[in-house]
Amino acid sequence: MFMQTLSSPQVNPTAQRQPVIVANHLNHYFGQGSLRKQVLFEINLEIQTGEIVIMTGPSGSGKTTLLTLMGGLRSAQEGSLKILGQEICGATQRQLTQLRQQIGYIFQAHNLMSFLTARQNVRMALELHDGGSAQAMDAKALAMLEAVGLGHRADYYPENLSGGQKQRVAIARALISHPKIVLADEPTAALDKKSGRDVVELMQKLAKEQGCTILLVTHDNRILDIADRIIYMEDGRLK
Amino acid sequence: MARKTPVAWLQLMKEKTRLLVAIAGIGFADMLMFVQLGFQDSLYDSATVPHRLLQADLVITNPQFKSLTSIQSFNRERLYQTLSDDAVQSVSSIYIGMGDWKNPDTRLVRSILVWGVEPGAPSFRLPELSQNADSLKLLNQVWFDQAGRPEYGAIPALVQQQGSFEAELNRQTVRAVGLFTMGSSFVADGNVLTSDSTFLKLYPDRKPEQPDVGLIQLKPNADRQQVQTRLKALLPPDVTVLTVEEFAAVEKHYWESQGTIGFIFGMGVFVGFVVGTVIVYQILYTDVANHLPEYATLKAMGYDNRYLIGVLLQEALLLAVLGYIPGFAVAIGLYHLTHAATLLPIGMTMNRAIIVFLLTILMCGASGAIATRKLRSADPADIF
Repeated sequence: MFMQTLSSPQVNPTAQRQPVIVANHLNHYFGQGSLRKQVLFEINLEIQTGEIVIMTGPSGSGKTTLLTLMGGLRSAQEGSLKILGQEICGATQRQLTQLRQQIGYIFQAHNLMSFLTARQNVRMALELHDGGSAQAMDAKALAMLEAVGLGHRADYYPENLSGGQKQRVAIARALISHPKIVLADEPTAALDKKSGRDVVELMQKLAKEQGCTILLVTHDNRILDIADRIIYMEDGRLK
Repeated sequence: MARKTPVAWLQLMKEKTRLLVAIAGIGFADMLMFVQLGFQDSLYDSATVPHRLLQADLVITNPQFKSLTSIQSFNRERLYQTLSDDAVQSVSSIYIGMGDWKNPDTRLVRSILVWGVEPGAPSFRLPELSQNADSLKLLNQVWFDQAGRPEYGAIPALVQQQGSFEAELNRQTVRAVGLFTMGSSFVADGNVLTSDSTFLKLYPDRKPEQPDVGLIQLKPNADRQQVQTRLKALLPPDVTVLTVEEFAAVEKHYWESQGTIGFIFGMGVFVGFVVGTVIVYQILYTDVANHLPEYATLKAMGYDNRYLIGVLLQEALLLAVLGYIPGFAVAIGLYHLTHAATLLPIGMTMNRAIIVFLLTILMCGASGAIATRKLRSADPADIF
């Protein structure tokens, strides 16, 4: 049903073998002068197309910093970080903004616009790309909400949705434009066991259908089994 | 147009109470600006109503005559000198004085502007004068301005009922036998029309050969501008030759250059502008502050800063338009009230409507622009 309404992504056979994220000797610092503190040390990492990678580690180990770098949300400082073939060490704000349009984000807090309905929230992601006519975009947004099991809640405002439902709207928003990479930060932290499990399984299912790469930061041991690979980070280093 | 979600509009409409507060605030600021500008225009307009009613092609006055509040007379000889020009058909003169009118009911004395005209000769373009100027010819008979303030007593009603009415002007008894329409101004609250002889009787220390305004009628087909140039050359500099519009402009310039009036009303407009700016800024700032994570999310999704600034400015402009409408409506109501209470010529003009609209746009645009600074703190890296 879902695959009928949404066109399947064009997966380049050569890109299939190519890594979508490559980090080489990546170092990152916070602060200036004497307060300057290194938070990431010599990160070397390759993530292939279609891979689901879970990153764990204690709080403050630098997971989120690495995630924001990979998402083009901050500029990288030292070493090399290539996202979808684009070097983001020393990239301009404009290049970063362009890059972000190809990445889906799922946050710990859902961060939906409170003044937009579920469908309008999902549409906002579609409007960044050429989503066709208004009717076509509405139809796509509705189909995406149906795919996350919320077709009947399309015209609800976030304030009238449960925590799990809001997170599912956020997933629909992140995946609707078929991003090559989905970055998720503790997507299950605010959810109960059942909703949390539903949410990650949904992410897994949709990602496999679209052939996109997922990098997920979590402390939640209950969801580790969905990963193709688990990486562990401690004190700014990958172990 | 329908392709993009109207984020600014939806955001404003989601919280109706806040929207109403914003509209009320902007409407109030607009109303304030409308009222101040309206009073200012009305002051200038009312001050020149008598000038613009003068029935003359050219006017002669003392160059010192800057305003009806400081009347300066000239030598009537100058008026007769103009008759030597072939294009001049006839001349007439008007005396002007501030008089004390006693309210027949309350016995209270109030200043009134008294105009002494030559009955039968051109003076004011008033329909009443062209129909029936004869009643002015009799000594101690006056006409009363029915557009004056009611504080002079119910004279218009009494004249209409009884045909004439005895009143006291400058401690002399006069008989009000007719009505005309001129209007109150900031100079005087009312007007009285008399013949030149009655005027000189009311003002015993005024000299007959010293009128205040000389009226020149030109022959048909005479070129007014050429005659004005010729008369200026002919007459010594103790008089000045003006068109009626120039004469009115002198009066208006007097009030404008006073400074105080422009300053007071300008201050009022400024206060309205600042109030409006602060309100809109407050609304937009809280908006950004409350939705900071959402705005940051939009940035993370790939919307750039320019898009968000655009949303904020759209909100500002929408507020400007939505607030202007009630402000405009209330201002029209207040103009009517003011006119009813003061009889000042006050009303909405296209010019003022546009000026206040532009000020509103500027006001909302400025506060929108200041509020965009808060957007910079929406850092997508902070929301993970």
